[in-house]
Amino acid sequence: MSENGYKSGSNLEKILRAGYFAVTAEIGPPQNADPEVIRRKARLLKGVVDATNITDNQTAIVRMSSIASAVLAMQEGVEPIVQMTCRDRNRLAMQSDLLGAYALGARNLLCLTGDHQSFGNHPTAKNVHDLDSIQFIRMVRDMRDEGRFQCGDEIKGVRPAFFIGAAENPFGDPFDFRPYRLMKKIAAGVDFIQTQIILDVPRFREFMKRVVDMGLHEKVFILAGIGPLKSAGAARYMRDKVPGMRVRDEYVERMEAAVAGIPKEDKKARKEAWEQEGIRIAIEQIQELREIPGVAGVHIMAIEWEEAVRPIVEGAGLLPRPQV
Amino acid sequence: MIIGEQKPLDEIMSLLGNARRVLVAGCGTCVTVCFAGGEKEAAILASALRMRSKLEGHPMEVDEITVQRQCEWEYIDPLADRLRDYDVVLSLACGIGVQAMNERFPETITLPGLNTTFLGLPEEHGVWEERCQACGDCILGITFGICPIARCSKQLLNGPCGGSQNGVCEVNKDIPCAWQLIWERAIQFNQEERLLEVQPPKNWARSRDGGPRKIVREDLRLGEGE
Repeated sequence: MSENGYKSGSNLEKILRAGYFAVTAEIGPPQNADPEVIRRKARLLKGVVDATNITDNQTAIVRMSSIASAVLAMQEGVEPIVQMTCRDRNRLAMQSDLLGAYALGARNLLCLTGDHQSFGNHPTAKNVHDLDSIQFIRMVRDMRDEGRFQCGDEIKGVRPAFFIGAAENPFGDPFDFRPYRLMKKIAAGVDFIQTQIILDVPRFREFMKRVVDMGLHEKVFILAGIGPLKSAGAARYMRDKVPGMRVRDEYVERMEAAVAGIPKEDKKARKEAWEQEGIRIAIEQIQELREIPGVAGVHIMAIEWEEAVRPIVEGAGLLPRPQV
Repeated sequence: MIIGEQKPLDEIMSLLGNARRVLVAGCGTCVTVCFAGGEKEAAILASALRMRSKLEGHPMEVDEITVQRQCEWEYIDPLADRLRDYDVVLSLACGIGVQAMNERFPETITLPGLNTTFLGLPEEHGVWEERCQACGDCILGITFGICPIARCSKQLLNGPCGGSQNGVCEVNKDIPCAWQLIWERAIQFNQEERLLEVQPPKNWARSRDGGPRKIVREDLRLGEGE
């Protein structure tokens, strides 16, 4: 830990340590080299969230580098959480990129396994998975706290001191193993967790109960995942098609009811009605999740819908964001 | 064939832990041919375990048995009754055999006594070399019968890297450069031009990268009741 008592000194770390209910969101980089895409999305989130994730070739689709995108976001005054997966890099490339990301000003890192490449647009690619996410967390922690590379060699000079995050899916199976996996991530050195999108609050509540019973919430900050629904079709798709997701029928039904009486041809009115309902559900969820013991904040994943973040955060009464 | 190598005795002892009755199970196929886990090796290991455990003051009862192939149900099924007499089975088969035993006899823990090392051949008596990685999309037809996936340290598809010198790989002087060998074969057949074509990125989805693999042959499957 550094002299000021922070591990990284990032805004997100300060917010969480000060005991504020944290808010993070997500920016997906473009499938091209246009910096304006990141800048525009960052401007939508500035002042609305404490930090924002920058995804790393999410769903195994090639996109602008998360580190380069993070630098663009910082230039717009938004603190990034650099996502990095184990799918595309071995331990040499990971450590090299960590040194670079830190040198460029990044202070938060989210350590992920990564979606399998068969889901993306290069399904014939070789995957790396030299490390898994838990080994990855330990490596980043050792670089920060021990000043050592993964091989054990000393880092002579500036250490990359990241606030270390990881993901957790409370809806994955085997359910009973999930809290133990979280425990392993804590043992490896994780500082904060962002969960998978929660569309089954009772199941999440049960997960958190076990987490609290094990005392894990005192060792890690847990940010509950919010995924605002954009349409009834999107809700059904998440319920029926996305692996590892659990969506309660009530959300699908609410989204279907939101467009009742609006003719199918009036696409604009239907879209507006859906978006309003999606935002309303997200706000209600934040209020519900805030009451669950052990939840330290929310992570809003409005995928390709960054415009929704401000009304959600505002509607949940979480604006203005605290200055620390 | 599958090449294996026996684990160090210390590691085997540690895996066996407090087991008192141990059955060492050899396999009569690949690992017999490479002298790692056949009838003879099973007998030697069983004897070593008896001596070692006696020396350490808590003697184990160790018996041995060898089946023709641990990777096929019909060969291991007859073991069912025998296994009840043991705390644990120490398999000297490859990783497939160990898993077959655990799958077929879930009440008994079967531990590995070998490291399954690679798919290869005996280059000379006592020397085995890797030849195949089971990548699922054989390219031997365009590399003159020499596999750069198994034999080039970088799995290059378009010729040797800058580290190839005097026919040897930069990783280790005991590794012949696969691309040197491929080039020599091309010259032998006067077909160097076949190596000039740029080979596109390989489809790794057919290898282990695509996830665990499975082949279903409907023409061979037995229907219900057959």
